[in-house]
Amino acid sequence: MSNGAMHTISVLVEDKPGVLTRVAGLFSARGFNIDSLAVGPTESAGLSRMTIVVNVESKTLEQVTKQLNKLINVIKILEHEAGSAVERELMLVKVRASGDDRARVMEIAEVFRVNVVDVTHTTLTLEATGKPEKLEALLSLLEDFGVVELSRTGRIALGRGERGIRERVLRAAND
Amino acid sequence: MSITGALSVLKALEAEGVEVVFGIPGGASMPIYDPLVDGSTIRHILCRHEQGAGHAAEGYAWATGKVGVCMATSGPGGTNLVTPIADAKMDSVPIVAITGQVPTPVVGNDAFQEADITGITMPITKHNFLVKDPALIPETVHEAFHIASTGRPGPVLIDLPKDVLLAQTEWSAPDRIDLPGYRPTTKGNQRQIVEAVKLIMAAERPVLYVGGGVIKADATDELFRLATAGRLPVVTTLMARGAFPDSHELCLGMPGMHGNYTAVTSMQRADLLIALGTRFDDRVTGKLAAFAPDAKVIHADIDPAEIGKNRRVDVPIVGDAKDVIEKLAAELEKRQADAGAPDRSAWLGQLADWRRRYPYRYDQQPDGPLKPQFCVERLRDHADEDTIVVAGVGQHQMYASQYWAFERPRHWINSGGLGTMGFAVPAAMGAKVGQPGKRVVAIDGDGCFQMTAQELATSNTEKIPFITAILNNGYLGMVRQWQELFFDERYSGVYLNPDVPDYVKLAEAYGAVGLRADSPEEVDAVIEKAYSVQDRSVVIDFRVDPREMVFPMVAAGTSNDEIILGPEQVAPTADPTEAPIV
Repeated sequence: MSNGAMHTISVLVEDKPGVLTRVAGLFSARGFNIDSLAVGPTESAGLSRMTIVVNVESKTLEQVTKQLNKLINVIKILEHEAGSAVERELMLVKVRASGDDRARVMEIAEVFRVNVVDVTHTTLTLEATGKPEKLEALLSLLEDFGVVELSRTGRIALGRGERGIRERVLRAAND
Repeated sequence: MSITGALSVLKALEAEGVEVVFGIPGGASMPIYDPLVDGSTIRHILCRHEQGAGHAAEGYAWATGKVGVCMATSGPGGTNLVTPIADAKMDSVPIVAITGQVPTPVVGNDAFQEADITGITMPITKHNFLVKDPALIPETVHEAFHIASTGRPGPVLIDLPKDVLLAQTEWSAPDRIDLPGYRPTTKGNQRQIVEAVKLIMAAERPVLYVGGGVIKADATDELFRLATAGRLPVVTTLMARGAFPDSHELCLGMPGMHGNYTAVTSMQRADLLIALGTRFDDRVTGKLAAFAPDAKVIHADIDPAEIGKNRRVDVPIVGDAKDVIEKLAAELEKRQADAGAPDRSAWLGQLADWRRRYPYRYDQQPDGPLKPQFCVERLRDHADEDTIVVAGVGQHQMYASQYWAFERPRHWINSGGLGTMGFAVPAAMGAKVGQPGKRVVAIDGDGCFQMTAQELATSNTEKIPFITAILNNGYLGMVRQWQELFFDERYSGVYLNPDVPDYVKLAEAYGAVGLRADSPEEVDAVIEKAYSVQDRSVVIDFRVDPREMVFPMVAAGTSNDEIILGPEQVAPTADPTEAPIV
């Protein structure tokens, strides 16, 4: 891993076959590490939005965004400065919870305002949404009981304020 | 009118003004070949290997500035195009590759001759398409040509499943481009132009560092205006030979690993580099941290990702080289009219002194072994200025770039970025198709030649005559040179044998004229004979000294200050202010 910092970028792409492969392939071909990648449809038909978290130095980040911009199917890229975006992630986690542990897990779930979505004799499955730090904190508490399995979506983000990604101006190379 | 998808492809290519397609048919692509029987404005040239077809399309594009087209069938046809496609990506050559694909219902089933060619070529194309609906053929072809030829040019592949080619569809001329994510910046920002010219006016030791983008943008007239207006010395990279005339007093020639002393050292001592359509490639910069240590940098390129990629830039300018250089020249002329032109005499005097003392030099003894540089010089001196020179990759390529005198753009064609051995013969053929009125000379190595020599059969069958001059040293010469210099003369896997094949007989077997020169005194007669042949291709087997090495040389990963001169190039006097001579 590089000794850089985590950066969250939103990438608006045309919903064409192979676009995910093009983006993912660009990262591997140029040696950039993806920390997480989430993709889904947007408010506009035919457009998908990817949220990519990369751990790189800022000079490398500039190369990442410039190279992404060269992909024909990429419409727009926005790098979210720290604090400038609402960032969320969804986690499903199945945790051991029998006997006394069950009440303690339920109590933690309540404190974190997460839902119990499946119950068995020996486990509880929780659905947690939040900032990545919140999920990490929850997870560290649940590990005491034993995590059977978990699945996370990776981060998604929207810039704060009234403007959408298409109205934001990316820093141009000329400036 | 209802037509087949295949005919739609052909009509779309005709609509793009395509004159020629280099290709080889096969099961999946056969439908495209059928309507050719009924007549088309497109000439199909049947190559002997898809790699040859791809390089021929590249050579055509280099020589004409137009988009070159190659075509192959599914599976191995497509995979054989991978090397030329990667080559075109690295050297920003506009080509469109068309491949047949297995029918849509069996895609993904490991069908006969199936390969996921769009997946394979994703990292080496500017863009690629898999067409699943015949109705999309016209606009896809139109978009492919638009992408290949605009912005930073490059290869685009269109994959066409056989059922899509056989299906009935409606033809309509494509009239729109729907590429919302593709809008290259072509106009240079005037504010940046003004900043750049301020640096040029203030510089004492400026150098114009010119790359292939200047030729691709057809900006050589603008470059000439800028250089002469500002009395700015010019280095032309391997990709830019001919962008500025070698005979001009401001031309320093090629920089880089095998560049001449003056071009290399001018950049090391410069206080300003004006980099135009170039990418600070490692073969030019040497050890990056030690490259041009005192220089501020103006970097103009149409690809924003190149700016700041390797070298920190003081004034970045994104735009087409033609627009940017024209604006730079106009602004510079204006500023010089107001403030007077800076006095460049000390710097130009220094450069002239280096050029006088450290030219390219070799030692051809009349009764000694034949030197490859001598062959290049004689080929040059017998040729007219309109000759197109094509090279493969290796020692012969460097000798050709060093010793030929390039006076105009698009007369030097080679594989720069990817370094593809075997490039020369098919690329020369493609260049001759694009410029039938000009003589085309491929300067090749014996190793390179054997990789793609089969296209001589294409050339003599299709009446595309060109000359191939093999600098035959019986070795993979550049690898041998590195083994001699850096591996303690431990030669491994480099001996080819100069006698096998017999290149004269091989040429004759292909219907070409085969000639040979073993000694210096035979060279002129052989070249005169070769240049007199009009109706067939010619192969000259120059038996050259295998011990000869390319100098100067900056060893990989070392500083350009550590330039190694050849034994004949070391000047008698050493000046401590100059780069050390190792």
